[in-house]
Amino acid sequence: MNTVAELPALYPALPEIVLAVGAMVLILMGAYRGNQSTGAVSGFAVMLLIAAGVLVALMPAETQTTFGGSFVLDPFARFFKVLALIGSAVAVVMSSEFLSSPDRQRFEYPVLIVLSTTGMLMLISAGDLIALYLGLELMSLSLYVVAAIDRDQVKSTEAGLKYFVLGALSSGMLLYGASLVYGSTGSVTFAGIAQGAQAGGVGLTFGLVFLLAGLCFKISAVPFHMWTPDVYEGAPTPITAFFAAAPKVAAMAVFVRVATTAFPTVVPQWQQIVVFVSIASMALGSFAAIGQTNIKRLMAYSSIGHMGFALIGLAAGTAEGVQGVMIYMAIYVAMTLGTFACIIAMKREEGPVENISDLAGLARTKPGVAFLLGMMMFSLAGIPPLAGFFAKFYVFLAAVNAGLYALAVIGVVTSVVGAYYYLAIVKVMYFDEPAPAFSPMRGELGVVLAVTGLFVLLFFVWPAPLVDAAGAAAKSLF
Amino acid sequence: MTSWPVLSVTTFLPLLGAILIMLLRAEDDSVKRNARWIALWTTVITFAVSLVMVWRFDPGSPEFQFVEKQPWLAGTISYHVGVDGISLPFVILTTALMPLCIVASWKPIQRRVKEYMIAFLVLETMMVGTFAALDVVVFYLFFEGGLIPMFLIIGVWGGPRRVYASFKFFLYTLLGSVLMLLAIMAMYGNAGTTDIPTLLEHDFPRSLQTWAWLAFFASFAVKMPMWPVHTWLPDAHVEAPTAGSVILAAILLKMGGYGFLRFSIPMFPDASEFFAPMVFVLSVVAIVYTSLVALMQEDVKKLIAYSSVAHMGFVTMGIFTGNTQGVAGSVFQMISHGIVSGALFLCVGVIYDRMHTREIAAYGGLVNRMPVYATIFMIFTLANVGLPGTSGFIGEFLTLMGAFRVNTWVAFFASFGIILSACYALWLYRKVVFGALEKPSLAAIRDVEPREIAIFAPLIVLTIWFGVYPKPVIDMSAASVTALVQSYQEAIRTAAARDGASEAAAATAAKIAASKTAAALGH
Repeated sequence: MNTVAELPALYPALPEIVLAVGAMVLILMGAYRGNQSTGAVSGFAVMLLIAAGVLVALMPAETQTTFGGSFVLDPFARFFKVLALIGSAVAVVMSSEFLSSPDRQRFEYPVLIVLSTTGMLMLISAGDLIALYLGLELMSLSLYVVAAIDRDQVKSTEAGLKYFVLGALSSGMLLYGASLVYGSTGSVTFAGIAQGAQAGGVGLTFGLVFLLAGLCFKISAVPFHMWTPDVYEGAPTPITAFFAAAPKVAAMAVFVRVATTAFPTVVPQWQQIVVFVSIASMALGSFAAIGQTNIKRLMAYSSIGHMGFALIGLAAGTAEGVQGVMIYMAIYVAMTLGTFACIIAMKREEGPVENISDLAGLARTKPGVAFLLGMMMFSLAGIPPLAGFFAKFYVFLAAVNAGLYALAVIGVVTSVVGAYYYLAIVKVMYFDEPAPAFSPMRGELGVVLAVTGLFVLLFFVWPAPLVDAAGAAAKSLF
Repeated sequence: MTSWPVLSVTTFLPLLGAILIMLLRAEDDSVKRNARWIALWTTVITFAVSLVMVWRFDPGSPEFQFVEKQPWLAGTISYHVGVDGISLPFVILTTALMPLCIVASWKPIQRRVKEYMIAFLVLETMMVGTFAALDVVVFYLFFEGGLIPMFLIIGVWGGPRRVYASFKFFLYTLLGSVLMLLAIMAMYGNAGTTDIPTLLEHDFPRSLQTWAWLAFFASFAVKMPMWPVHTWLPDAHVEAPTAGSVILAAILLKMGGYGFLRFSIPMFPDASEFFAPMVFVLSVVAIVYTSLVALMQEDVKKLIAYSSVAHMGFVTMGIFTGNTQGVAGSVFQMISHGIVSGALFLCVGVIYDRMHTREIAAYGGLVNRMPVYATIFMIFTLANVGLPGTSGFIGEFLTLMGAFRVNTWVAFFASFGIILSACYALWLYRKVVFGALEKPSLAAIRDVEPREIAIFAPLIVLTIWFGVYPKPVIDMSAASVTALVQSYQEAIRTAAARDGASEAAAATAAKIAASKTAAALGH
């Protein structure tokens, strides 16, 4: 063996390297120029994220591995990376107003988002349990800090602390599970685990359960969802928008990758866990959201429910199901970002408001915004011909084809229950007498809302690109 | 046959009109006026385009015509549309009623006119698309997409309990439909396609037929609506604005019946035959029970809504007889009911616009001040009762005849519906129109104005024309109905023969086994 370790091929990890180096440069820039440079740092951060996205998109289509198999770049990873980068970039753009007020100018904020996104990309490309943990912690640690960035607000610090404590607990579970899996299979790489898992055993099952529990926490699936409503409500709204989109994409990606590449030999064992988690998430997401008055809490429960729906595709355990998950996550990101653009714009002269009743009569004070938000709600409810319908269509199709009829029936019934609270928001906007109008919407929010709104509204015209891309990417796992 | 996509133009022209209206700016009188005129012109042109189809339609062929097919959803699911003799009448009914609805909303709707017209035009696209779709997923898309505009129409421009009614309408229909969606997916899994003409040829296994039939039934029974899942309808009807009620009664309800004809009967013949007795019972209960409920109503619109449920009972009964009279009668009954119930809701709209109440007790003696209105209302009341010479008679008669051939008792009990419909309809007419004009609030009520006469005139003509000479509608659908009934009967015969064969085989096997045992014992 050579004593001088050969440098692994860095090219597949180029986007991550660019982001990491870029984040360092931005920290230096902030450190020298102080907080008044926040705007510039934000701008560069967005450019950095876009550059990384372009790099990911330009990578060759075939599967490449590096760092001894720890880092996998396949079409599946590329799809989710682009999605996560879009989510992060849009979140930074939507934060520009939040960051422009003098007492909130903190250049660390965009830097932390870039670092967190680096973690997400590593997580998505993880090829073994160590890389997985590394990516997960880089992503999460940045998120904990970002949640508490509004440190003079009790709610924000509370959100950050809760997120941190519960997140640490889940990391512990994940590590414990990883060690059990390693102990019983003798490998940390997913391929090695897949081979070792054929023997089965109690240790493997326990390890699998703990591993999945840790991942469920990150996608906020029931029963590991408790942090979500509080963190969503407590964190400043632009940060909630960030939490709702990109980290969920990354966590869902690694969830799918672990289940399908590390444990393809013990499908029934994780399938029943995923089915249970999926049903519990859909049910809780639908029923618990009904009583909410705060729109951010409502979106928290909504996101719990949506993770349940996305997991239906994984429960099917087929390439078709994974394709469904990918389509679901892409459409979910668009709907979430559009909805949060509206929530961030819920602002009167005396300050931001977050109650659903504050939207009253929006159809008359701001017909355009109300129309697009209304379409977002119908889409979240899964009503055709909007994009949300196609998201649900593909996961349910996979479930039905895999013979999971009970799961599919429970899923569609909870989606009807869930439709109730989305309709309630439409009702407030369209049927109720107007409340005082909001301040004008800022340009960047308007652009985000318009783009996502048109995507949701017109997805049915030309659905093939996304569907085909997801289909091709899903095949790379099988 | 066609050089330009006439069916797609009919479907999407209203959407174009909606986009045009959306581009109008500012909320003042000129916008209101422009929105109304654009909507009217769009619907009239759409109607004219749809008449081209009547012109070019070949009634002798049971095949789908004006077919268009474009790849759409990742290859396997395509945008496939076309009409046959069963769907074309519904397309024409939709396009014909829309201009009337726009005119009927001309004066009553003064608030948020722009949004109102947009909602109606989008709804028209969805309705036409539902009837024209030749791919199950495309069908579902249009079928469900219609919920959004209708939800807004009821909720924004409706009466005092509009929020409750709109939610009930939406959630009820959605719950039924999502189960249908799962059945569609299961069919896709089994047949590998969502193309309706291909699925019509496909032989589904018995167990799948049963479950899929039930799932489709959940959706269509709610939409029809059949007893006991009809309770959303009276609420929705009462709270919806006049034109909304018209569309609801005339077209949205027909989607259920159309669905039975397009999916349940031809795709799941065994299950249809198996469940037909249940449908008969539910239909008869609907006919008798909801007629009795209608007798007790104090609200004009509610009464007509319950009468709709009863009339739809004839339709479901006719469809599941599985014979030519029953099915042809159902199609005719749906078209006729579309015209008559739509007209009745418009009649209610006329007096509601003047008095702003729908209580039967608030009226009486209208004939003294409104002779023209009294005549119009009478024609439609009698058509609703099913008087010979009106279109209502033909459909009821044919469906009863079809039912009689299958089961005498069903026909016997269903016939009570005709008597009961005479009771409630004439009772309503007497309370509202006849008697002395005693109420001071009615003293200054005006008779119908030219705008309203323009709405009613074509409906009166159609009601009487189809009553005296029903041939145009029956001829248009004849070939398709015959083909449908033939394939249905054949499928049932094949299934029965198969069952017989397998029973015989089982019996032979048992015999052989028994003889073997006997032989073994003998040794």
